[in-house]
Amino acid sequence: MPRRTDIHNILIIGSGPIVIGQACEFDYSGTQACRVLKSEGYRVVLANSNPATIMTDPDFADRTYIEPLTPEILAKIIEREKPDAVLPTLGGQTGLNLAMALYEKGLVGVPGAPELIGANAEAIATAEDRDKFKQAMIEIGLNVPKSGVAHNMEESLAVLEEIGLPVIIRPAYILGGRGTGIANTMEEFLKIVADGLDASPIREILIETSIVGWKEYELEVMRDKADNCVIICSIENFDPMGVHTGDSITVAPAQTLSDVEYQKMRDAALACIRRVGVETGGSNVQFALNPANGEMVVIEMNPRVSRSSALASKATGFPIAKIAAKLAVGYTLDEIPNDITRATPASFEPTIDYVVTKIPRWAFEKLPGTSGVLGTQMQSVGEAMSIGRTFPESLQKGLRSLEQGRLGLNCDPGESLYDSLDDAALLAKAAIATPERIFQVGEALRRGMGVDKVHDATKIDVWFLDQMQIIVDERHAMAGLKVADVSRAQMRRAKRLGFSDAQLAYLWNSDEMIVREQRESLGVIPTYKTVDTCSAEFAAETPYHYSTYEDETEVRHSDRPRVIILGSGPNRIGQGIEFDYCCVHSSFALRDAGFETIMVNCNPETVSTDYDTSDRLYFEPLTREDVLNVIAAETIASGGVPPKVIVSLGGQTPLKLSGLIDPALIAGTSPHSIDLAEDREKWNQLCNQLSIPQPPGGTAVTVDEAKVIATRVGFPVLVRPSYVLGGRAMQIVHDQDALQRAMEQMASDGSLGKEGGLSAERPVLIDRFLEDATEVDVDAIRDHTGEVLIGGVMEHVEEAGVHSGDSACAIPPQTLPAWVVEVISEYTKSIATALDVRGLINVQFAVLGTTVYVIEANPRASRTVPFVAKATGVPLAKVASRVMLGASLEELRVEGLLTPPVTGGHVSVKEAVLPFNRFPEVDTALGPEMRSTGEVMGIDRTFGRAFVKSQTAAGTVLPTSGTVFLSLNDGDKPAGLVVAKRLRDLGLGVAATTGTAAYLAKFGFPVDRVVGKLSEIEGSTMDNAVELVAQGEITFVVNTPHGRGSREDGEAIRKAANSNRVSSVTTVEAALAAVNGLWEQRLSEVEVCSLQEYHGR
Amino acid sequence: MSNAITEIALVLEDGSVFEGEAIGHVPANGIAVGEVVFNTTLTGYQEVMTDPSYAGQIITFTTSHIGNYGTTSLDNESRGTFARGVIVRDMARRESNWRSEQSLDAMLKAHSLPGIAGIDTRRLTRILRDSGSLRGAFGTADQASLLAAAKSDTGTAGIDLVSQVTTPSAYNYGNGKFKVVAYDFGIKTTILSCLAEIATVTVVPASTSAEEVLAMSPQGVFLSNGPGDPEMVGGATAAIRSIVEAGTPTFGICLGHQLLSRAFDGHTFKLPFGHHGGNHPVRNLATGAVEITSQNHNFCVDPDSLAAVADITHLNLNDNTNEGMRLKSHRAFSVQYHPEAGPGPHDSRYLFTQFAEMMEGK
Repeated sequence: MPRRTDIHNILIIGSGPIVIGQACEFDYSGTQACRVLKSEGYRVVLANSNPATIMTDPDFADRTYIEPLTPEILAKIIEREKPDAVLPTLGGQTGLNLAMALYEKGLVGVPGAPELIGANAEAIATAEDRDKFKQAMIEIGLNVPKSGVAHNMEESLAVLEEIGLPVIIRPAYILGGRGTGIANTMEEFLKIVADGLDASPIREILIETSIVGWKEYELEVMRDKADNCVIICSIENFDPMGVHTGDSITVAPAQTLSDVEYQKMRDAALACIRRVGVETGGSNVQFALNPANGEMVVIEMNPRVSRSSALASKATGFPIAKIAAKLAVGYTLDEIPNDITRATPASFEPTIDYVVTKIPRWAFEKLPGTSGVLGTQMQSVGEAMSIGRTFPESLQKGLRSLEQGRLGLNCDPGESLYDSLDDAALLAKAAIATPERIFQVGEALRRGMGVDKVHDATKIDVWFLDQMQIIVDERHAMAGLKVADVSRAQMRRAKRLGFSDAQLAYLWNSDEMIVREQRESLGVIPTYKTVDTCSAEFAAETPYHYSTYEDETEVRHSDRPRVIILGSGPNRIGQGIEFDYCCVHSSFALRDAGFETIMVNCNPETVSTDYDTSDRLYFEPLTREDVLNVIAAETIASGGVPPKVIVSLGGQTPLKLSGLIDPALIAGTSPHSIDLAEDREKWNQLCNQLSIPQPPGGTAVTVDEAKVIATRVGFPVLVRPSYVLGGRAMQIVHDQDALQRAMEQMASDGSLGKEGGLSAERPVLIDRFLEDATEVDVDAIRDHTGEVLIGGVMEHVEEAGVHSGDSACAIPPQTLPAWVVEVISEYTKSIATALDVRGLINVQFAVLGTTVYVIEANPRASRTVPFVAKATGVPLAKVASRVMLGASLEELRVEGLLTPPVTGGHVSVKEAVLPFNRFPEVDTALGPEMRSTGEVMGIDRTFGRAFVKSQTAAGTVLPTSGTVFLSLNDGDKPAGLVVAKRLRDLGLGVAATTGTAAYLAKFGFPVDRVVGKLSEIEGSTMDNAVELVAQGEITFVVNTPHGRGSREDGEAIRKAANSNRVSSVTTVEAALAAVNGLWEQRLSEVEVCSLQEYHGR
Repeated sequence: MSNAITEIALVLEDGSVFEGEAIGHVPANGIAVGEVVFNTTLTGYQEVMTDPSYAGQIITFTTSHIGNYGTTSLDNESRGTFARGVIVRDMARRESNWRSEQSLDAMLKAHSLPGIAGIDTRRLTRILRDSGSLRGAFGTADQASLLAAAKSDTGTAGIDLVSQVTTPSAYNYGNGKFKVVAYDFGIKTTILSCLAEIATVTVVPASTSAEEVLAMSPQGVFLSNGPGDPEMVGGATAAIRSIVEAGTPTFGICLGHQLLSRAFDGHTFKLPFGHHGGNHPVRNLATGAVEITSQNHNFCVDPDSLAAVADITHLNLNDNTNEGMRLKSHRAFSVQYHPEAGPGPHDSRYLFTQFAEMMEGK
């Protein structure tokens, strides 16, 4: 069956902003889908609100709608574009949920409307509706955990009556397990049921017998129209049932299943996909297995490409998303060639000769108040994947890929954390799943507690534990050696178990580079093997490599000029998809320009780790050792010519390595210049020379030094560590006591302490905080001729003090006078020139009155590069990459790569998306520490309309009826007056705290309801804001935190709003922008427009 | 750990040397020798090691961890092991599975099967892929002796291995509807289990004559898998032809497929490195469906040589080699791959039903 010719025009639904549970993997799948369908000759229409994605690049679709992903907006896109078909299975849970919403409105999947391809409504409902799914599984003879469905508390109690505690509660139609939990007690049960009902868009939950402690597996299945089914990958969870699979360490292939059990599971997975009726594409089926008797139950099925599909694709080399897109338009598996072998068809089951380990990365340190305990609700923000020939090697590589200061499975300075724990305390900690558990287990084994004892405490399979014990045993065997005395056999054994040079240096009390030298002199150097889908049975065409210590390396010789692009590693708050966008664009642009591009990265979710993004992919940790090894391997493969290395596109991860790589190899801005911008003293000097004002400040290593600086510059001060991203541990402090606390915190506990704490090389920066200043971000490119291109000037909506990553911003600037924007441009050019930048630079300014202060400059790609590219139509990352490799801007203009920016006619607003709905215990007030996981873009004719779109896209429900609650600090009250006025004009009710109400009354705006502060209402009959929110009387909350003193009141209200799903804003600027937008919008309906139209293409 | 490591080497006939550690049984003269082949299956090492089709061969497992889930007598594919040795990247120190009765290492020792671990099995596989199966030897002996041993091995072409693995005397298995006689050229237990679901099976030695078989008045005859070169299974082809021409419904698997083909003047030839794995796509030409199949063979039927007498029913999609045929004028069919699985996917077990239907006269 060849491709379908009865459809021509296909709408792909993207997954929107990066949130916990839905990350870059859907950019990977969506990008693949767009590429495939375009190359098959279809007209592709794409809807996605996330500007940081590669898929929303205007080149990937015929029409790209960066619009909010709501059924209403999609209906408008469908009306405008009239697609023949809608493909929802590559856009995560968001894509499926939207498809179902559109189906229910009769807009897709019914006669006369676009067809749903990939999975139809019936299949989606069968897989997603817990009760239907359970019935379907029973029908085909598969076991499911005993369970019942409930829609309210009464039904829930009836179900509990039947199956008894402990139970696991799962809401229907949710992503990443939101609202899911395990209840061991009645109290827990009542709470989790209530949360679960709220989390489900259809207020439905499944209550089932808890099978915590069972072994957990996943199979990735593909099916085509002719009913051919294949399993792409089996995955075994290291963490037993009870931890969400997205929060589990997972291993591929499954390790402890015999063929008898595996085939039984395979049969079940195939029966499942057939019964659910996923017509074409990928699905993922999860199983639990009782380790005592092999009893197998089906847990759930995703009728779409998922996070696990991305992992399975990277783990096997089988491009699930690409193939799923082809299957959706009518191809069968046997008609599609296997990309990697080219000689064999895609209708086969990959087999692998290595072990893949995925380890999640969390961000609890940024979310004070969270317990850090893992459960059935996903909390991780990113993941690293590693490939080794054996599990020990793969595990240790994975742990160092996380970039959290750990060098492998302990045997590093970080392990001292456990010194204070006695055996019993250590084991008790290891029994609870947390991000630290893997290290605690390692430590327990090192202390000789034994595999069985640790198994009893953790239920982690003894095979995994014994493999970890092998690592630990080797460590014991090597302890006490001197580097110079280590034998070749000893060194080789250590490296084959994944020990990093840095771990060995720690063990032997030496230095990493000395270990490296000794290792190389013994001839123990890594070999690079190929990921080929077939365990070497056939010759592989696609160079996708990983390192291991074996006999033979498979990197092929090449004479072409080559460039290594260092990626950004696991997603984390502050460093995510935006940097992958830059790396991928770089690879595309440099490939087009005739370079051989080589990607190094360890994030399985990304487009950069797709094997056909670059000429060669090394799936490796981004540490000094691993990167130097890749450079060495590439140098050998080209007969001694070293490659160029790009360090400035992947965020802080590669930038941190810039000083450790031969400066002659670095493409673009020199490490010297990078250091100049990062070293506080040198930077101050430079600004002085350039006569560019800076907020007064200094650097400190001790508390006393900090206090001296603060006294000199005056409070409040902004305190931040150097060499971090995303405002990690950044604080605004208002007095000496707070300053002392901040300094002590940075020096001691937390991940920052683990990462090395404070030192002369890593001092704390202390600056006068400019209250009420407007923050401005600039992205620019400078070439070797000295020309500077201003890519975009972004004015932040929130005032300075809110981290730029958490702040909304607009292009073009909305309130800055034109001459101020010009000054900013001139300052930027001057700084770029002084730093001798070759490539991208991001400069942050704060404008207070008529003074423009420079806050900091970073000669690297910033988070905003993709947003600017989409707002202006200029492919900044591509242009910058060419500039780094020697092209001038003028040459690129002639070539046609660099086009003039599209200005006028539209305003682009970027808004941050925060993870608070997963962490009800966290204060939602914004501050200098970044906490957003992703971003959306609103684009429209005016700022107001674009801002409203950005809010809708971010999931903020702006009020159109009901009562809005205002609680403002004194500084915000004048602006609050305008907000209140607009709300009245919009016909909304206003409630306010006593202070705010009294202020508004002075100007003739009596509020409908005066609400007491928590401290006031004790013993009085006044309304309590928290209760009003809980009772649903408030539809929107504007609460701006007070700079100093007690924040408890505000915090309680914000938390109440968060946990009751009432949208809130925490800055008055955002409130103003929102009400102005609503005001504009009431005049004419929302309209949609594609990027290509905005860009005039 | 107190386990002392014995460092040994593997030497191929082309002179390639691999350094590793001894596992399993230690051969008396310090040398294990045979034709080195690889298998890419992710699970099922025990089934592979006990499959008589591997007689004369040293099996390389491409999957890096072997032995993880231990072994159980339930998963043996025959009464013992007939391979000459096993090669793995990593041998599990400790196994984990509720079904396990003993560790793989213990099983190897119990069956006197030698092994080598810790070598770069991927390099080895790539060599075998490029140069075809090679003879090799491993053990504690010095490398020169190993090379000499490798070169002096007879290999599997032109050798009768079936007589080494076939049952010495007939026996019965199962209690199903039909009466089936199964030729044991190296039959796997899983095949017997599949047959037992439809038949009462009398398993007979490879040398059993057509007359003896027909005298049992079977409703069907089954031709099993087995090791080595089909040309060397003397006498069997004549017996098969007589049985088929007598009108007996006949079903063959693997070597059975090759022998049925040869019985009707088909040709067989040796593949460069054979098919050994659990993931080969095979198209059923009647339905167009793709089956993921378990495969283990070095020799292959030339479909052109059968054009006059048989319809080709199955095709390997990786290399377009023949995977199945059905005789035009007789009730007999056979497949090159392993529909019974064990190890491998269950996609093709319908063929046993097809055999039952043929016996029913459908």
